[in-house]
Amino acid sequence: MGIGAKLSAIYRRDRHISRLILMMVVWAAFMAITRFDKFYTLINFQTMASQFPEFGLMSLGIMVCMITGGIDLSTVGVANLVSICAAMLMKGMANEEGEIAAYVIPLCFVIAIALGAVAGAFNGLLISRIRIPPILATLGTSELFTGIAIVLTDGKAVSKLPRVYSSTINSKIFGLIPTQLVFFAVMALILWFLLTRTTYGTKIYMIGTSARAAEFSGIRMSLLLIKTYMLSGICAALGGMVMLANYNSARADYGTVYTLQCVLIVVLGGVNPNGGSGKTSGVVLAICLLQMLQTGINRFPQISSYYISLIWGGVLILVMVLNYFTEHNIHLFKPKRS
Amino acid sequence: MQRFLKKLSRRNEPYIFLVLLVLCVLIEVRSGQFFTPNNIVDKLSALVVPGIFAVGAFMVIVSGGMDVSFPALASLSAYATTKMLLDANYTGGIWLPILVSLAIGAVLGAFNGIFVGYFGLPALIVTLGSSSVFKGFMQGTLASRQLAVIPEGMAAFGRSAIFVATNPESGLTSRMPMAFLVFVAVVAVAWFILNRTMFGRGIYAIGGNEVSAHRAGFSVRKTKFWMYVFVGMIASLAGLMRTCMMTQMHPTNMLGMEMNIIAGVVLGGTAISGGAGTLTGCMLGTLLIVIVENSMILLGIPTVWKSVFVGALIIIGTGVSALQVARANRAAARKTAKEVA
Amino acid sequence: MAQPLLRAVDICKSFAGVQALKGVSLEIQPGEIHCLAGENGCGKSTLIKIISGVYQQDSGYIEFNGKRFGKITPRDAIASGIQVIYQDFSIFPNLTVMENLALNSELADGHKLVNRKRMRKIAEEAIAKINFDVELDRLVGTLSVAEKQMVAISRALMFNARLIIMDEPTTALTRKEVQALFKIIMRLKQQGIAILFVSHKLNEVFEISERFTIFRSGELVVSGNTSDLDDKKFSYYMTGREFEDELFTPQNLSEKPVLEAKGLGLTGFFEDISFTLRKGEILGITGLLDSGRTELALSLFGMRPADKGALYKDGEEIHLKSPQDAIKNRIGYVPEDRLSEGLFLPRSIADNVVISEIDRLASGVGIIDRAKRRSEIYRWVRDMAIATPNPENACSTLSGGNQQRIVLAKWLACNPDVLVLNGPTVGVDIGSKHDIHAILQRLANEGMAIIIISDDLPEVLQNCSRLLVLKAGRVAAEFLPASTNEQEVLSHML
Repeated sequence: MGIGAKLSAIYRRDRHISRLILMMVVWAAFMAITRFDKFYTLINFQTMASQFPEFGLMSLGIMVCMITGGIDLSTVGVANLVSICAAMLMKGMANEEGEIAAYVIPLCFVIAIALGAVAGAFNGLLISRIRIPPILATLGTSELFTGIAIVLTDGKAVSKLPRVYSSTINSKIFGLIPTQLVFFAVMALILWFLLTRTTYGTKIYMIGTSARAAEFSGIRMSLLLIKTYMLSGICAALGGMVMLANYNSARADYGTVYTLQCVLIVVLGGVNPNGGSGKTSGVVLAICLLQMLQTGINRFPQISSYYISLIWGGVLILVMVLNYFTEHNIHLFKPKRS
Repeated sequence: MQRFLKKLSRRNEPYIFLVLLVLCVLIEVRSGQFFTPNNIVDKLSALVVPGIFAVGAFMVIVSGGMDVSFPALASLSAYATTKMLLDANYTGGIWLPILVSLAIGAVLGAFNGIFVGYFGLPALIVTLGSSSVFKGFMQGTLASRQLAVIPEGMAAFGRSAIFVATNPESGLTSRMPMAFLVFVAVVAVAWFILNRTMFGRGIYAIGGNEVSAHRAGFSVRKTKFWMYVFVGMIASLAGLMRTCMMTQMHPTNMLGMEMNIIAGVVLGGTAISGGAGTLTGCMLGTLLIVIVENSMILLGIPTVWKSVFVGALIIIGTGVSALQVARANRAAARKTAKEVA
Repeated sequence: MAQPLLRAVDICKSFAGVQALKGVSLEIQPGEIHCLAGENGCGKSTLIKIISGVYQQDSGYIEFNGKRFGKITPRDAIASGIQVIYQDFSIFPNLTVMENLALNSELADGHKLVNRKRMRKIAEEAIAKINFDVELDRLVGTLSVAEKQMVAISRALMFNARLIIMDEPTTALTRKEVQALFKIIMRLKQQGIAILFVSHKLNEVFEISERFTIFRSGELVVSGNTSDLDDKKFSYYMTGREFEDELFTPQNLSEKPVLEAKGLGLTGFFEDISFTLRKGEILGITGLLDSGRTELALSLFGMRPADKGALYKDGEEIHLKSPQDAIKNRIGYVPEDRLSEGLFLPRSIADNVVISEIDRLASGVGIIDRAKRRSEIYRWVRDMAIATPNPENACSTLSGGNQQRIVLAKWLACNPDVLVLNGPTVGVDIGSKHDIHAILQRLANEGMAIIIISDDLPEVLQNCSRLLVLKAGRVAAEFLPASTNEQEVLSHML
């Protein structure tokens, strides 16, 4: 077997992942040729790694929901609500000089995660017990959570946070790795482990494939769905905490574009919108690809950064069309065999 | 089960109407201001843009799809139309802007239509992508920015009123905008297409059962394609109306409207699985959302509570109908069993 | 013999290199009821699609009413009077009866606008042809299965049909409804319309058709008069194998019952059902589609909890409120509809086999022991003789018989004391059916208690040691299969 054949076999093993890697390599090469010294710097990669975790974490949450055949449109709402609560808590616990005790930050995280889990459980209850279609239930709760956030803040930003929070989260571990990236990596690893190595993972793939057959196999659907939306809520909460650090303030309408962007990432990452299939690795790749595109384009001052959304939508449709050709066995360039 | 869901949702309009009525009476009791001529005109004028959008979103949902691209499509089309006419120093009336924006809307709708109709890709994903593409094209390629001035013809149309309603007590006045006629016209045309043409019945048929529709002789691809073209035109018209009524072009302030519009359509009893729902219900649902969004002050509730109420409305509305479906299913299963026995 | 209405000659068709039809021929006389039979995947549906123009054959030709077609298009087919009634009836549940009936002809006439008056007239004429009485403004989704079928038949008749092809038309009908359908078919015959009846149910072939054709793996096996056919020949033609069916005799019955029902009831579905089940026994429960047999099966699995009476397992009362309760009490359930209830088709064979016992293959916190999982999978693939090169392949790659074995394996892996099977061999080919029966008998002899719920009388008579007959939700009779026959059982069912 020649190298070509080997490569082609690897490509075929998971076309979707391969296509994402291919796109990433092409873009990396393009950046290397055109803007090598502006793109390939440690600082640039550190910046990228501190930016994508906010929407990356939310995408991971949507991914688990989509695997069960649902969707979570409330992630941004949860993220904002959580970051606002955390911000208010921190301000409340700070002394007059704006300093907080060492235990406050971990406490805030614990509360954030708990809040995210509660919000997610609420989604899960609406979906599994009352049986509202996920897209509608989370659409409603998204509006609700955002609404609560507006009521809490009067629609204004919560700023002037204790400085230590932002500086802690923005610090680099060993002076090298951004802390935000660690949150993302840990969460991605946990989800990967849950999806591939545990009974929970196997079961949610099965629910996504066929809820009816899952019921007949004795799978406890409502509990699993609640757990799933709780996971998504926790991811969103962490995303909110990262956002809080990156902007050094919290507001009810931050990151509203993220909702659709995250859904887009998850689909591009190869998760079937009808449920039942999708991999963490695909979604992580799609997240990284988006960040590289975004940062890369910013290195060309003459090109408006708004083109990113054009490219992004175009890539999504292109990938879908490619999948269409693969599924229907249409070869654009090669003559049909047999 | 889906069949029952569909059947039940066809009988939803009376309930929504009732809820709407109760809400109106509640506001009236609290404020004494709801059933005043100027307030009713205000609400109807607030319905124009969401109402036109809802018609388009409704058609897509009936066909079994989901469109999230209409705000981006409308923004792009309205911006392009306004900018083009400004650059050309256009001084004429409203007709040319309407024609231009319909043409642009048709082209953009065709973009969705090709992928959903001819490639058979899932509508939600395609429109998610196209929404991003439209936005990128507007902000990137067209380098959109806020246009404080719009062609005089458009602004005049936006300001013109069919009549002016006055509140006899407070003396407050409200204009019923000409744009309301456009809304009525869109609803009428859409109603005619959906109920009186084979094309429209085809949309329902496809939403009910795509394979059967194909076997019955409907061209599924063509029907979907032309439906998206039409929906593009509708959305585009909504964008233009909004620009006229605001007498300025703000390229991004329509983005993000999609979710509440879809929520309104679904509250109106349109089955999210496609095939069932009526324009009447869709309009009632949209009106419900519009009234809740715009009646906070009358109710004496600070406007910051708006989202909380809209969110609760969506959750309760969809929750009640979900529970109804479940109960109806149980009852129906029992009934057939009894008939047999 | 008169000139045949339809002659399909030497039809070949292949898909992506796989030959589905290898030069088959079919001949139908005007006004004849012809039955086309064959196991799943034998090519019968491919041939129907070629005759109706959905697919185009690779070689061969079709002659209809004396006219020779190289390749027939859907339009040709309809214009010459060929109509297909698909298994799902091709109807729109969200539209009214009137629209369902009239849309096709309105489209065919090229009308662009809806004319309700004209549509109503078309619809009224259509239902009058078969004396079908239905409110035209009802939504089709609210009709019963039989009524939906009548809508489909009325619609087919509108186009001056000469040949109506019915694809497995009796699958979802109750026996009464099947009789009504047969009456209509006889009437159509009198009007000179030929019917091609596709089925793999033996009794139907005997009851309704005059002539038959049997396909096997894309080839014509035999074609002839139904009067020359009997059970043995039929299964031989269908499978190419001969079967010696063994009557089941329980060998190792336990003293005490493992499961006992006392006055079990579910309002509106079944009442006062009592039985005892011992280890090593196979209890058959039969009845018509509407006898409550399916609901009883679901109650025994906790899917639709019974609201009256009591159930005892090993002498202790149990309450089955959910499938999890049933599994906890070691009751397994093989569902009626394998494709939607039993299997996760796109998932791997491995996942399908282990899904119900997965908690036992994992540590306390739910981490899967991969070695255990693998050995478990290999064990069942081997034990059940599931024909696959790789258990990680998708379940959808397997034949119906192999799929049913996966559902069985899934439950056997949970090591149940009681296994409830609802229609264990529906849609399974004769060869696999035989094998599945052998497996069930072996399991019983190894000490499992089995309940087979089925309306396939030969199946229950051959495999059960006792038989309960349900009628209108109550036990109508109890038999020992050895001392009864189909006619007697049937007389208690109706």
